[in-house]
Amino acid sequence: MAGSKVTPTPLLKDELDIVIPTIRNLDFLEMWRPFFEQYHLIIVQDGDPSKVIKVPEGFDYELYNRNDINRILGPKASCISFKDSACRCFGYMVSKKKYVYTIDDDCFVAKDPSGKEINALQQHIKNLLSPSTPFFYNTLYDPYREGADFVRGYPFSLREGVPTAVSHGLWLNIPDYDAPTQLVKPRERNTRYVDAVLTIPKGTLFPMCGMNLAFDRELIGPAMYFGLMGDGQPIGRYDDMWAGWCTKVICDHLGLGVKTGLPYIWHSKASNPFVNLKKEYKGIFWQEELIPFFQSATLPKECTTVQKCYVELSKQVREKLGKVDDYFNKLADAMVTWIEAWDELNPSGGKSAAELVNGPKK
Amino acid sequence: MSHSIKDDEVDIVIAALHSDLTSLLNEWRPVFSRFHIIIVMDPDLKEDLEIPEGFNVDVFTKSDIDRVVGSSSTIFSGYSCRYFGFLVSRKKYIVSIDDDCMPAKDNQGFIVDIVAQHIANLTTPATPFFFNTLYDPFRKGADFVRGYPFSLRTGVTCALSCGLWLNLADYDAPTQALKGGQRNSRYVDAVLTVPARAMMPVSGINIAFNRELVGPALFPAFRLAKEGKLRWETVEDIWSGMCAKVICDHLGLGVKSGLPYVWRTERGNAIDSLKKEWEGVKLMEEVVPFFESVRFNRASVKAEDCVVEMAKQVKEQLGQSDPVFTRAADAMVEWVRLWKAVGTSSAVPEG
Repeated sequence: MAGSKVTPTPLLKDELDIVIPTIRNLDFLEMWRPFFEQYHLIIVQDGDPSKVIKVPEGFDYELYNRNDINRILGPKASCISFKDSACRCFGYMVSKKKYVYTIDDDCFVAKDPSGKEINALQQHIKNLLSPSTPFFYNTLYDPYREGADFVRGYPFSLREGVPTAVSHGLWLNIPDYDAPTQLVKPRERNTRYVDAVLTIPKGTLFPMCGMNLAFDRELIGPAMYFGLMGDGQPIGRYDDMWAGWCTKVICDHLGLGVKTGLPYIWHSKASNPFVNLKKEYKGIFWQEELIPFFQSATLPKECTTVQKCYVELSKQVREKLGKVDDYFNKLADAMVTWIEAWDELNPSGGKSAAELVNGPKK
Repeated sequence: MSHSIKDDEVDIVIAALHSDLTSLLNEWRPVFSRFHIIIVMDPDLKEDLEIPEGFNVDVFTKSDIDRVVGSSSTIFSGYSCRYFGFLVSRKKYIVSIDDDCMPAKDNQGFIVDIVAQHIANLTTPATPFFFNTLYDPFRKGADFVRGYPFSLRTGVTCALSCGLWLNLADYDAPTQALKGGQRNSRYVDAVLTVPARAMMPVSGINIAFNRELVGPALFPAFRLAKEGKLRWETVEDIWSGMCAKVICDHLGLGVKSGLPYVWRTERGNAIDSLKKEWEGVKLMEEVVPFFESVRFNRASVKAEDCVVEMAKQVKEQLGQSDPVFTRAADAMVEWVRLWKAVGTSSAVPEG
């Protein structure tokens, strides 16, 4: 059964990078200072590289603009989006840490129902350091949380869980709605604090939002490619969705877990729904093809590393989605380029996921 | 998405494992008094039932059960007596709780109206094919998030609503014994659809369902040799619930979990239960691969057909490992026979 000890959450300050894409400024960091100051930041500056983005005093950071990205990746820089927050995945690639937390620059510290400020990073760390339970749904949500456990009927052989690869947080205030919903419900605000973390079951897809997201880079990093969006691309606002669907299929295949729920951040800015509609427009139609594709995607058992899974997925994208639009052929190419770039920047002993993960085979 | 249903579409079914239900019903009066209540007495209960005035209630005793089901082999003792209530109900929706559950309070301090919440769950669509990160998109103040495919936003009919428990959560005996002092004080303000193909432990303690759609799929079949009068000495609801879930998945129906909460009161000593042979816990280990691989004929479009198909597969695939499975399979078939004879035939879910 789940452990009931209440040990303090480790800071992991030397094992975690915070990746922030920005095109405006980093003023929001002031509010996060008490929670972020001890961590290393990776700032990915989108847009005009000649603009100087001021980082508040006292933060330890590295900053990359478009010139840096081009210099470091050379021709492979083509896989990194421009004029879209999808560029953040460059930060994942250059990070040397085990964990990554990514947050948008319009996300602030939220308060829980008792009025206490939420340390989002700490909750993400808790989520990542405790197992997931994708093979059987626990009705009391995350059984590893203090005050919870596995319920009657939950098979004991599944109570060890599997390693957690992704922790997907949520948002109070401006919810992450698509353009049509924003247009229909411009005033709706998310005021419901749901005090739960739960594992998304194996075989189920979800819309992964990149606003408040943490993951184990060693376990799943290469799958977190945020696609080709923004300038020169026919689509936007599907970067995190794309990464989420690929990531979930690969996690399911490798026996890794994905959690969603706490922590909440306060999302302050509603982007322009008309601008969003133009960006999302094609995605709304393509989605209808993409979802069945991902739902039926299977990976051969020879794919034992994330990279192998990802390259295999790129082949299937080309085969099955290329006919939906030529964009997907380009995307498939970019997926391969991304993996090549990842491996160049992260030459490791390349442990197979099977070695890293000791979860039950399913 | 209005869910204004008539009070006469709902039956409250309570299995009486205790004879004195006075305080139980008095506590629930503000919520239950509008509805018809079916109380089924555990046939093993010797004392007379005590219930307060002012309720529209029908009580069924051992002799009623015997009269109605005749020589059926179905065992209605202990917690399983509630299924008799499901059998004789003629309402579209059933809400059923254990007799040790009192009304809970939500985070604002208001009494939780479990009937209203269960009915809201059952009368708004479920979304089993894609997970919505803001939970039930049909709740006020919520919606589908960006990236949720539009073609999946109509959802499907929700057939089963699984509520939760504050105070004494539904833990098994080993967990309860080890964490004797732990009480569930976390009110999670969410309802969510349990995705298709995900397995889950359906607890019978606080449950509601669309009787017309899935009535036959909730049955007393899985009886432990030493099944007792405490929930952690049973797994009958877990077995039935796992069957009901795969059946719902096949029929394209949804299952929701989360709100409403009840307040489950203290009872019994889990350590004493540990001394009994907890075979149920061991048996659960075997069934997971089975439920993952259950398949139904496309021709099975009603719950009762699915139950019969399942029973066959249970017998074939699990029968050799333990006789309890063979008995369960037989009981499932007998249940469908009884349902057709005594109950009403279920509806075909809307396409």
